[in-house]
Amino acid sequence: MLGEPSAYLDCAASTPMREVAVEAMLPFLRESYANPSGAHSMARHARTAIEESREVVATELGFSPHEIVFTSGGTESDNLALRGVVVATGGLAACAATEHHAVLHPVQSVDGLVIGVQGDGSVDLEDLARQLDHARSGGRPVAIVSVMVVNNESGLITDLRPVRQVIDRHAPGAVLHTDAVQGVNWVDPRTAFESADLVSLSGHKFGGPKGVGVLAVRDHVRLAPQILGGGQEAERRSGTHNTAGIVALASALGELGRTRTDTNIRLASERDRLADGVCGAVPGVAETVDRAQRAAGIVQLVIQGIETEALLVLLERGGVMASAASSCASGAMEPSHVLAAMGYDRIAAAGSLRLSLGWSTTSEDIDRALEVIPPSIRQLRTPVGTAVR
Amino acid sequence: MSRVLVAMSGGVDSSVAAALLVEAGHEVAGVTLKLWGGPQDQGCCSVSDVDDARRVAQQLGIPHYVFNYGDLFERSVVTPYVDAHRSGLTPNPCVECNRHVKFDALLDRANRLGFDRLATGHHCRIGSSGAEATLLRGSDPAKDQSYVLYMLSESDLQRLSFPVGDLTKDEVRARARELDLRTADKADSQDVCFVTDQAGRSGFLSDRIPLHQGEVVDLDGNLIGAVPAVELVTTGQRKGLGLGGHPDRRYVVSVDVPRRRVTAGVARDLLTDRQELRDHRWVGSPVVGPVAVQTSAHGASADGELDQSGHLSWRVPNRRVAPGQAVVFYRGDRLLGGALAT
Repeated sequence: MLGEPSAYLDCAASTPMREVAVEAMLPFLRESYANPSGAHSMARHARTAIEESREVVATELGFSPHEIVFTSGGTESDNLALRGVVVATGGLAACAATEHHAVLHPVQSVDGLVIGVQGDGSVDLEDLARQLDHARSGGRPVAIVSVMVVNNESGLITDLRPVRQVIDRHAPGAVLHTDAVQGVNWVDPRTAFESADLVSLSGHKFGGPKGVGVLAVRDHVRLAPQILGGGQEAERRSGTHNTAGIVALASALGELGRTRTDTNIRLASERDRLADGVCGAVPGVAETVDRAQRAAGIVQLVIQGIETEALLVLLERGGVMASAASSCASGAMEPSHVLAAMGYDRIAAAGSLRLSLGWSTTSEDIDRALEVIPPSIRQLRTPVGTAVR
Repeated sequence: MSRVLVAMSGGVDSSVAAALLVEAGHEVAGVTLKLWGGPQDQGCCSVSDVDDARRVAQQLGIPHYVFNYGDLFERSVVTPYVDAHRSGLTPNPCVECNRHVKFDALLDRANRLGFDRLATGHHCRIGSSGAEATLLRGSDPAKDQSYVLYMLSESDLQRLSFPVGDLTKDEVRARARELDLRTADKADSQDVCFVTDQAGRSGFLSDRIPLHQGEVVDLDGNLIGAVPAVELVTTGQRKGLGLGGHPDRRYVVSVDVPRRRVTAGVARDLLTDRQELRDHRWVGSPVVGPVAVQTSAHGASADGELDQSGHLSWRVPNRRVAPGQAVVFYRGDRLLGGALAT
């Protein structure tokens, strides 16, 4: 299996590491292994690398260095943001129904509010206003609203500015969190995150390593730490620093910043070729969101008359690695809550396929996908002579 | 060599089934079905069972998939199970899961995916009679599972494989230990996978339907006892009728859920010469004449005779079968078909 030629079109799940990131982390695995919180010169060397990384990340995101908190990944960053603000303020949390489970489940865990979406998955701003008003008049106002910049399943891009305006009008003082785990790849962070008070990133979604992430937190945000211990990260996140991971994350983010515009242009054209090719080759296949509203690298298709978990077996056999919606702990596919929120029924949602491109995707990957996907759909649609029961 | 998809529950039988297929040189892939998302303490689709199946597949060097048939399982197994209890029938959810999920939806998908055969870890065998495939009891009489597979047709059998049917359970475990599979000493699954030991049948059902107290009467209609939930009473049941101190053993002869009434009698009141049947399934052509009849998953068989209309006469009077239970016909080791008791 491994080693055979394959087309990896699952970059929204994880990306290969960028070479600069691998090179950046190796010295911190081999030589500079000291605990960065220590007092000796080896510790100071590691600590220097972390602070330089913090500056790189801050510059890329449009935050100050002291506003950057390193975490173990996107899920921890989301949990810290939502539970941290709720604990610190006593207010409510709210998020859109199409958020990643790393946001949705923390919000639900503190009896938060789930905001409806339109048919294209965009946040229903009227519902947001209504629910914010209702919470305020009920005596427990909303303290944090979470809306992702780019949806991990549909690729929908959300402009945070109108969301910010609704919050400022209907829940003054509340902060805006954005899960930018996908978004950082596709939008310019300094403008797109300007309205946000908290921003979550995950290293492995943009060519960094797994097990390291960022929560950017503006100065004025009241945040209670969720992991207690040695008081690292200015008391916001305890635990020994993952020096190698942090350095590699910053290197990957730096390269992303230098290449984002060109990569977006290249991948948008490959994505169009992929989506047009599949939709043109077999009937009953549709994209879920308009391309103009969507990140360059994500294609979500709803394919009539098939179930994705079967399609993925055939795609894998043809060397194409893709995914459906979210998976549960067992590895089974669960019906997509994103498509459900957008109004798709369970049968339609069972035929959804996500093809996600990234910095490493090549034209040959798209060629391969176009060779494999249409015949696989046709094969699954062909009935086998089975006894009727 | 053929391409085989093996259904791996995370138990030892299907682990060894996969191993035997790999040894035989087939191109094998494993699949675990996610059927139930609710609480469970055993069965075939908890996260740890999926992990066990996946690890065995890794050890064998075969791909492993997880298919989520939760909606179908709810619709075709759990809902009918609840409905059966509500109407006083005794359901067999394992039979319905085999009928609708494993050997219908999964078999169809396996074929669409280009697999020649679907294999499972059931203890039974596929034989042949001329060009026709036949279904035979497993070699280990204590573990034979052919009863729960009576719905398979000859054309189904052409596309199936039961690799451990020739082995005893001890031999299966020995092979698993030789191969160092983590499932080698795992306990056998018991009972209904979606009903936990903790909640039991009554806990499970009371979350879904109202359960009603019922009166227990004798054959003359005299009140002799009470049951806490008439929906949980099965024909032939002896315990739990609130008949302490009665000189003769009493058995449930019939259950009338709408009137919330259980009729109890002594053992001979359960005996009958004839058993009416419905929803017959035949492996090949319908069978008339003498057959050996099995009326529970691991019960002994008794002799009977099938008439032209598919009903059964017992050679010697036999206990009435609980309505809804599967009644399965054999000649020698060969399974001929089955039906549901009315």
